[in-house]
Amino acid sequence: MSTDYEIKEGAVADPGTSTRNRTGGWRVEFPAFDEEGCTLCDLCWEVCPDVAIERGEDVYSADLDYCKGCGVCAQVCPTDAIEMEREEK
Amino acid sequence: MRETVMEGSHAVAHAVKACRPDVVAAYPITPQTHVVEELAQMVADCELDVEYVNVESEHSAMSACVGAAAAGSRTYTATASQGLALMFEVLFNASGMRLPIVMTNCNRALSAPISIWNDQQDSVSARDAGWIQLYAEDVQEAADQVIQAYRIGEDERVRLPVMVNMDGFVLTHTYEPAFVPEGGDVDSFLPPYEPEIKLDASDPRSFGEVGYPEDYTEFRYQQQLAMDASREVIREVAQAYCQEFDREDYGGLIQRYHSDDADTVLISLGSMVGTMKDAVDGLRNDGESVGLVKLRSLRPFPEEELYDALEGAKRVAVLEKDVSIGLGGAVHGELAGTMFNRDLDASLHGFVTGLGGRDVTVRDVGSIYRRVESGEAESVEWVNVDENRLFEREARGPTP
Repeated sequence: MSTDYEIKEGAVADPGTSTRNRTGGWRVEFPAFDEEGCTLCDLCWEVCPDVAIERGEDVYSADLDYCKGCGVCAQVCPTDAIEMEREEK
Repeated sequence: MRETVMEGSHAVAHAVKACRPDVVAAYPITPQTHVVEELAQMVADCELDVEYVNVESEHSAMSACVGAAAAGSRTYTATASQGLALMFEVLFNASGMRLPIVMTNCNRALSAPISIWNDQQDSVSARDAGWIQLYAEDVQEAADQVIQAYRIGEDERVRLPVMVNMDGFVLTHTYEPAFVPEGGDVDSFLPPYEPEIKLDASDPRSFGEVGYPEDYTEFRYQQQLAMDASREVIREVAQAYCQEFDREDYGGLIQRYHSDDADTVLISLGSMVGTMKDAVDGLRNDGESVGLVKLRSLRPFPEEELYDALEGAKRVAVLEKDVSIGLGGAVHGELAGTMFNRDLDASLHGFVTGLGGRDVTVRDVGSIYRRVESGEAESVEWVNVDENRLFEREARGPTP
């Protein structure tokens, strides 16, 4: 893993590096969303520390470039509509 | 500069004021309190135009300084002991981000047992944080080093934070005659701090980036290069300062005192050096071949200067108010490490002394000298340990 941008003295870089550091590679499990159980309550969207949950019409999805697989979304889902599943690589 | 008699802490505060800082963030702790109290008083009296941030901890104080310095401000803080320990993680950020923050550390022992009194365990324990560490012998030097510290740290060859260490109570709470700057006294010596890159909403950047394994080593290596480069800058600045303000020659990273022809050379740092100079004077009057080397800088470690100073010595003794438990005095260990591959013929002895506010007297220094000179001294010794004060673990009865 490395950066595709230049870091200068003092660990300074051009802005927006949080979007260029694709942290999805750290993930061991990914969130699987169940369209049937989802009530579109927004809790998972709110708590995601990586702002990686995206709203859809019937259900949410995770931006797997940034989702680290922490599972907080699955923990807070009131209808257990999010299941953490093992990454197969 | 005005010659006056002033408490050490207040002399430092006046030196800080003359440096025209933009931001002061501090949390009071004994024996540093008078420094930041005096600065706060100056702000209250409209004598000092500075953003004074009253923070809720030393961790916050250093964090505020990091943010302010990244935004291009000249920043100042002061602390001691547990406060420095609480800052520990942020110290590394300040250095890695190459922010020339200046901090006065008022040396005090670390708990436990609780001690508000002086030794140098706090700063010595933080010597790996990437800060330049200077040590002051007296009030005058504690004030002068603050002014020098800004010019050293802000030099573009360096760009590192600087910790100026002054012994708690011994210097902070002692009144001494000192030349104290007023008004624009140091303006020509210390031009405004203008970094090329700073936190600026109109020209945004990311600060304190992640360093993956491909980058991290090179960043650390460049910190080391900056620290190496600071040796020359510390010398230059000390010389320029002495010329500009008509001070005695500080000598840069070390100061030699009758050490050139001495068979036995004593080494120390901080206020203890003053006592040791008196002891050396007395011993030399008695015909003893003894001299002294004062460390003004612990980081960078003045390896070359020490080698030059010790080349003709037969015996070397380090007296220090710290101990790396399980080894001995840290400075003694570092001196041994850096001199291992040099062809010195001297024996080397370390003395742990003056812990937790215990006085080190001229007589103590004389006794240490006698032990070294007579060849009785061990490699590492603890000075004046009172056998009667050692506790014995209470015998336990049989387990029921």
